[in-house]
Amino acid sequence: MNTSSNTSMVANIANWLQHQHNRLVVLLVMAALAMFFPLIANNYMLEVLTNAWFYTILCLGLNIVVGYAGLLDLGYAAFFAVGAYTTGILTSQFGVNFWLTIPAAVFCSMVAGIIIGGPTLRLRSDYLAIVTLGFGEIVRIIARNLEITGGASGLIGIDRPYFFGIELSQGIHFYYVFLILAIIACFVSYRLQNSRLGRAWQYVREDEDAAEAMGINRVGVKLYAYVIGAMFGGVAGAFFAVKMTAISPETFTFSQSVLILLGVVLGGMGKIPGVIIGAFALVLFPEVFRDLGSMRMLVFAIVMLVIMLYRPEGIWPRGKS
Amino acid sequence: MSTTDIILQQLANGLIMGSFYAMVALGYTMVYGIIKLLNFAHGDLYMVGGFVGFLILSAISSLLGESWTAIVCSMVLSMLAVGMLGVIIQRVAYRPMLTAPRLSILITALAVSMILSNGVMTITDGEYMAFNTDLGFDGLDFGNVFISYTQLALVISASVLMVILYLFVNKTLYGKAMRAIAIDQDACKLMGINVNKIIALTFFIGSSLAAAAGVMAGVYYGSLHFSMGFVIGLKAFTAAVIGGIGSIPGAMLGGLLLGLLEAFGTQIPFIGSEWKDVFSFGLLILLLILKPTGILGKTEIERM
Repeated sequence: MNTSSNTSMVANIANWLQHQHNRLVVLLVMAALAMFFPLIANNYMLEVLTNAWFYTILCLGLNIVVGYAGLLDLGYAAFFAVGAYTTGILTSQFGVNFWLTIPAAVFCSMVAGIIIGGPTLRLRSDYLAIVTLGFGEIVRIIARNLEITGGASGLIGIDRPYFFGIELSQGIHFYYVFLILAIIACFVSYRLQNSRLGRAWQYVREDEDAAEAMGINRVGVKLYAYVIGAMFGGVAGAFFAVKMTAISPETFTFSQSVLILLGVVLGGMGKIPGVIIGAFALVLFPEVFRDLGSMRMLVFAIVMLVIMLYRPEGIWPRGKS
Repeated sequence: MSTTDIILQQLANGLIMGSFYAMVALGYTMVYGIIKLLNFAHGDLYMVGGFVGFLILSAISSLLGESWTAIVCSMVLSMLAVGMLGVIIQRVAYRPMLTAPRLSILITALAVSMILSNGVMTITDGEYMAFNTDLGFDGLDFGNVFISYTQLALVISASVLMVILYLFVNKTLYGKAMRAIAIDQDACKLMGINVNKIIALTFFIGSSLAAAAGVMAGVYYGSLHFSMGFVIGLKAFTAAVIGGIGSIPGAMLGGLLLGLLEAFGTQIPFIGSEWKDVFSFGLLILLLILKPTGILGKTEIERM
């Protein structure tokens, strides 16, 4: 009985949210809450939420590949690693200004996206999954064995950036940095979703052969999804490097890629609000259930299985289409 | 050591690693052949098999010691247990997903894999487990090349299991049903073949082979770790692709070939053992791009 009243409540909310106007109101309220949150938060809460925004960017990036284009990418952490290491190496070893390394990080992760995507996107989707997994591992092992990336201990002492003379070093600075990046990521995702390219992705995802028959360049649009997803990862990685001031290969393991994928799957593949909720759940869950400790990934994996079996569209309600 | 010695020693090492890869690759290929599912959890079944074998061996060591008899017993029991686990996984996680989009079933398989590896991690606290045996370190000594009896026994038992599998698939009615389902599942249903039962049987055989390889790996390396399934899963998949996915002799051939390639690949200057994994994954990626049908695979036109 309880569950039925719950579902009808969810349905009512979903119904209410169908209207553009209502959606805008909710969005503005949420944005205002996010903006003024640091006024009431302590350092711990700020740190957790910064992390949540950070995962929002990564999940939105992976969502373009998995949600929009329907390709399974199990090595997304590699793009994030490429961005972080590009910025880390350029700032700490060549003394380049942080803001100038962002285009370099984006460029390098795009190139990584093209290198891995270009030849492999012609493959069947399950082969693609395993190739991306192998690629993710290759990037991590390379980072661990090269000298320029600092070997197994990674890069340390990456300088904090300056923004109009202010050194970005406080938690609150990075909260706003990642909040702004997340808002940009949402905006870009939203615009992409309804663009010509977004519709092409949807078509390829639903029926590849029909899409090709309609004149969509199958491999081309998939490559776009890959490269744009990689760019999101690259930018997030660049800012991650300066926030942490130290990066090590163990940040970019397979579990990291799975975690980001879980964020996308949990909220609902292809749905922006769903992905944001997924990213938040990913970060907040282990904070709330501290006792779980090392069982965190186990619980996440069970959640992922249950979602795939019983609610493959994720927790966010289905839209009108 | 002379060059010939190095070549012979690497040949021996390659064959041993290759027979592990081949046994795990067989499960991949059988499941893939029959329901076109890339079972990510397969590498983890290998790991679970190792741990189950270890548990059984510790339980019966008071009776039988840690000799060959005890190891063979624990291997057989572990194969049965993990085979059942494979059937349960298939029943609970994969069967409801068979008609779902491919992306969903891949994510499901990934979730099962994470559950197995993290489950074992929680149980073992992420520690290495010493797999003690009293098999000793005797062996055949050919000057500079040394092959222990353990290694020899592992290669022989792996070959025996593979021959049994080959005969089963090619000479029995069940094997015939498996091959038929791989070609056309709907037609098999119409012909009165119990498709679900045969799929479950395939999972049972594939998982028990992985478990056997896991126990052998425990004996060979002398230790077990929850993460050991991940890399071997990837490599066995590489092996299956080298041989042509869906082909049983292909998986055996691919496994041996990958083992040899890896053993010799690490001898090339500039490619030390720390680059071993990069070598095999790079090989996998190249192979998938250049010849995705593998050596013995059939070219088929399929929906991507």
